Amino acid sequence: MRSQDVAVRIRDVSHQFGEEGEAHYVNALLGTSLDIARGELLCLIGPSGCGKSTLLNIIGGLLIPTAGTVHVGVTPVRGPLPRDIAFVFQENALFPWSTVNENVMLGMMFQGVPRAEREERARKSLTAVGLAEFAHHYPGQLSGGMRQRAALARALSLETGILLMDEPFGALDEQTRMILGEDLSVLLARTDKTIVFVTHSLGEAVFLADRVAVFSARPGTIKEIITVDEPHPRKPDFVTTEKFGALRNRLYTLLHDEIRKAVSESAGRGGAVGDGGAANGAAPPAPRSTRE
Amino acid sequence: MSTGDRRRDRVLSRLVQAAFLIAVLTLWHLATTKWGVSRLLLPNPARVYDELKDVLRSGEFVGDLRITLTEVAVAFVLSSVGGVALGFLLSRSPYLVRVFEPLLAAIYSVPIILFLPLYVLFFGLGPASKIALGATISFFPIVLNTIAGFSTVERVHVVAARSMGASDFQLFRWVLLPGALPVILAGLRMGFIVALLSILGSETIASLAGLGHRIVHLAEAMDTARMFAYIAFVVAIAASLNVIVTMLEVRGRR
Repeated sequence: MRSQDVAVRIRDVSHQFGEEGEAHYVNALLGTSLDIARGELLCLIGPSGCGKSTLLNIIGGLLIPTAGTVHVGVTPVRGPLPRDIAFVFQENALFPWSTVNENVMLGMMFQGVPRAEREERARKSLTAVGLAEFAHHYPGQLSGGMRQRAALARALSLETGILLMDEPFGALDEQTRMILGEDLSVLLARTDKTIVFVTHSLGEAVFLADRVAVFSARPGTIKEIITVDEPHPRKPDFVTTEKFGALRNRLYTLLHDEIRKAVSESAGRGGAVGDGGAANGAAPPAPRSTRE
Repeated sequence: MSTGDRRRDRVLSRLVQAAFLIAVLTLWHLATTKWGVSRLLLPNPARVYDELKDVLRSGEFVGDLRITLTEVAVAFVLSSVGGVALGFLLSRSPYLVRVFEPLLAAIYSVPIILFLPLYVLFFGLGPASKIALGATISFFPIVLNTIAGFSTVERVHVVAARSMGASDFQLFRWVLLPGALPVILAGLRMGFIVALLSILGSETIASLAGLGHRIVHLAEAMDTARMFAYIAFVVAIAASLNVIVTMLEVRGRR
């Protein structure tokens, strides 16, 4: 990959929560390096607590890693970069006391968009996600799927080059999730955004991603990267093709062992631990989310 | 339940409430006319009504009302500014919340009215001691609710705002404050009510003027009919203030 094609450069990033020896110490992420290409959609997938959300937060500057560096273009990430990076969180990240439109406008105000431009951009992004008619509803009046559309509209209105999505459809039912995935693929085919998308769903990863980074069990690192060579927007019947099935099975095989390891690590405290050996001796008493 | 049923239900409960009030007034009337309760202790409701009309017409209540309302207003401003500011500052640090929240909650359960004699020694018999007492008592529900309000703000909202570039002030104005507001407003309403109650109460114990003072003065002069008229007047004032504060709270939540 040529350096000007790299949107995000991650080098030897490790992260630990707490100090070694403490009860809540978690070695979340270990020596991860990765180049994310400009305009690609990269999915991060892995067992619970493998550090994929941690990595996402580190890329977004919400978390400073204990070791390693992240560059966005040529800028080292040392905190949020609201002009370059927008987030879509798992759920309920909209401000419930503001309408959908106010939520979108507030984001732009925080980012520093001139007042005159905000209204136009809010209208455009709400139309893009199909929520123009619900601009003056409060989040509490919308379904979970519509709230996530609104959150996506808020992120799109910021017009950043990079979009980080942390299991954005994780709390939705299967059908809503499928429709949103299809719409997202159509929507993003029209932009040249770089997207990092954390998910638990194998199907979602294959359907959306240009590349899927598979994480190992904790301490997480990227085990393998799979390329999904299929143009965007992906057609709904891509799901029924042999290619989709083969890629999904490949992911399943890669993940299965890691999920086993993650489960045995969190269940079998005191017993033998699959990998990492003594390094995991101080793991917490329950599987914790490493999300901060 | 259909809307028709619900309306009938509401009308019925209003009727029962009205009937209850009429029954109380009737019993009161019977007690003074038929059952020989001393008129000195319990004046006839009609006489109380006449006295109330006279109080309102003469306007003699204005001075006492002004003193009591001023005391309540000053006490409430002091406690709400102090309570919200301190609550916000404490809520910024989980450590401070862990240390001070239980401490404040413990002091809140102390009957602070017991300190009235001390306040009178410090601040005299005038309005200052009532203001100090009202401010102290109403400070606690306000500071505790402010801490609770700011602690209930969802972390994801703060993180989302930060990721979009919110400054400290923007974070406070657009995320922390609206997130905490419903709980803070409930605290302010409680604070206002306890300030009003404690100030009226302390006026009846040790004071130079005010509605509470007037009521005790009339009782000592055995002018019970006029005393009852003043009590009715104070009840009406307190009820209207309560309605106003509740309305403001509901509006503030929107």
